Amino acid sequence: MSFPWAKEYTPKAPVMKWIDDRLPLPRFVYNAVGGGYPVPRNLNFFWNFGILSGLALVIQIVTGIVMAMHYGANDLVAFWTVEHTMRDVNGGWLLRYAHANGASFFFIVIYLHIFRGLYYGSYKAPREMVWLLGLVIFLLMMATAFMGYVLPWGQMSYWGAKVITGLFGAIPVVGEPIQTWLLGGFAPGNAALNRFFSLHYLLPFVIVGVVILHIWALHIPGSSNPTGVEVKGPQDTIPFHPYYTAKDGFGAGLFFIAFATMVYFAPNFLGHPDNYIEANPLSTPAHIVPEWYFWPFYAILRAFTVDFFFVPAKLLGVLAMFASILLLFFLPWLDTSPVRSGNYRPLFKKFYIILLIDVLVLGYCGGAPAEEPYVMISQVAAAYYFAHFLIILPLIAKMETPLPLPGSITEAVLAKHAGDDGLPVKDDEPAVIATGDETAPQPAA
Amino acid sequence: MATLEESVTGHLPDENGPQDNGGVRRRDFINIAAVSFAGAGGVVALLPLINQMNPSADVLALASTEVDISAIEPGQSIKTTFRSQPLFVRHLTADEIAKADAVDVKSLRDPQTLEERTVDGRKEWLITMGVCTHLGCVPLGAGEGENKGEFGGYFCPCHGSHYDTAARIRKGPAPTNLVVPPYSFTTDTSILVG
Repeated sequence: MSFPWAKEYTPKAPVMKWIDDRLPLPRFVYNAVGGGYPVPRNLNFFWNFGILSGLALVIQIVTGIVMAMHYGANDLVAFWTVEHTMRDVNGGWLLRYAHANGASFFFIVIYLHIFRGLYYGSYKAPREMVWLLGLVIFLLMMATAFMGYVLPWGQMSYWGAKVITGLFGAIPVVGEPIQTWLLGGFAPGNAALNRFFSLHYLLPFVIVGVVILHIWALHIPGSSNPTGVEVKGPQDTIPFHPYYTAKDGFGAGLFFIAFATMVYFAPNFLGHPDNYIEANPLSTPAHIVPEWYFWPFYAILRAFTVDFFFVPAKLLGVLAMFASILLLFFLPWLDTSPVRSGNYRPLFKKFYIILLIDVLVLGYCGGAPAEEPYVMISQVAAAYYFAHFLIILPLIAKMETPLPLPGSITEAVLAKHAGDDGLPVKDDEPAVIATGDETAPQPAA
Repeated sequence: MATLEESVTGHLPDENGPQDNGGVRRRDFINIAAVSFAGAGGVVALLPLINQMNPSADVLALASTEVDISAIEPGQSIKTTFRSQPLFVRHLTADEIAKADAVDVKSLRDPQTLEERTVDGRKEWLITMGVCTHLGCVPLGAGEGENKGEFGGYFCPCHGSHYDTAARIRKGPAPTNLVVPPYSFTTDTSILVG
């Protein structure tokens, strides 16, 4: 895979050569995230979020495995074993807060990763498969996060499970049998809790598998870049290691600062107090909301309040919610513009910003109580969400005149840095000499 | 299947079977038969894996509940459970029955009379699931001093569905009336639900 000028793995240590001759695993790693993977030289910090998502996945798996050592998947004790983890297990509070906030951070970096792809056209040929596999990972993440939230068996866990599995009840005829089958009962109970635990443990490893496919598919055409212009020669790339391992390492440092701040100073900020009350099937919390990362989808679910053509509003909401994600699988074929990067698409850029605001509005409405004006706002925002992908994007691709693209990645990089590369300064640019001024005095020599 | 039989019993010596007879060879038959057999076996092996997720015997054993209603005075109601979900048993007052009967049934979202929602001759006993038909919350109104909503029946605090004294949906997002489970009176003072 990759480019012909990619460096070949040449082990120095005899033991690495011995292993590589028998099982080329060191070679595989070298070509994936080492010096053997040539990457465009102009990646910006938005390209950090792939590695950061992988990092978040590792944090979730590690903290999750150790927490499972203290958890009891039984409806009589589940809530109390989680309390036991918090109060009695050595450092248990840290593990649980890291796992709970880790889920939120996983979604933060994934959403940034997805919106990076949307802006820079990373889903376009020849990277469609990378995009599709990424969406599969996203769906698996949502299922895993939902089932994980049920495990503490608090009030929000229980009622979240009830509402979400109740969505299947909206399907005509087969809906209720499916719901009963999924839950192993008529309402969430011990059977549901056990199967959710089993799957919550399994799915992260399925995600690991799909992540490997995602990276494999990525390494065939190689990474995209902020100009969207394909790599033309060796001058356009630098080896992944040490250049991007260093850049990603810096990003990881920032990630850990933000993560630690949440875990140590506001561990329950993103949670709900009601989930510290044990599940009670006879009493509903006054305000049921999912975790923040589901809010945009929850808003779309609740946006349907009237029946259409004999289709009940509840079913419409469920269909729209699933459609809002399935729609993204068709994105590579909806956006037909040959220009990838939003930097060179003036009209697209404007609508991209509107979409971003639209999704934030949906998110806000999803977290708000289901009353006016939020219901009406979510109806408008949900309609716009679908219009963006189904109507606006194909139209922009036809109407827009893109800006001229740079001849190559190298040309774009050199044009951007003209003047600060040690070359003679142009006439119209003020000469920068370290003289200092009143706000920044000249440093002592 | 005549062609097949001929090809099977006919000329065997050719290693891949005879090439004539419409191109069906002995080996094709074996291939299809083997793959079909293994495929069907694979599907059958899935059945127990799927079936284990259905409600287990102990869950089903709780699928019917007997409730003693002797202590419920008119105007009172109790909350109990049926299939691990809340069940409301309400002893209606004459006033509440009159209010429910006064409604024009055709004007309702889910048109049903109080008679249709109760057992013959026992109109004062309203037995429904305590599960809002919108998203499954437990409505208020069965407990002492709880908000009964604008129509004096039940009120769901989650998204503001109001039910009347026959537990019919009158206002709010819920699509249908509170569900009446199958039940029968075993004696004058006890019911069997399920």
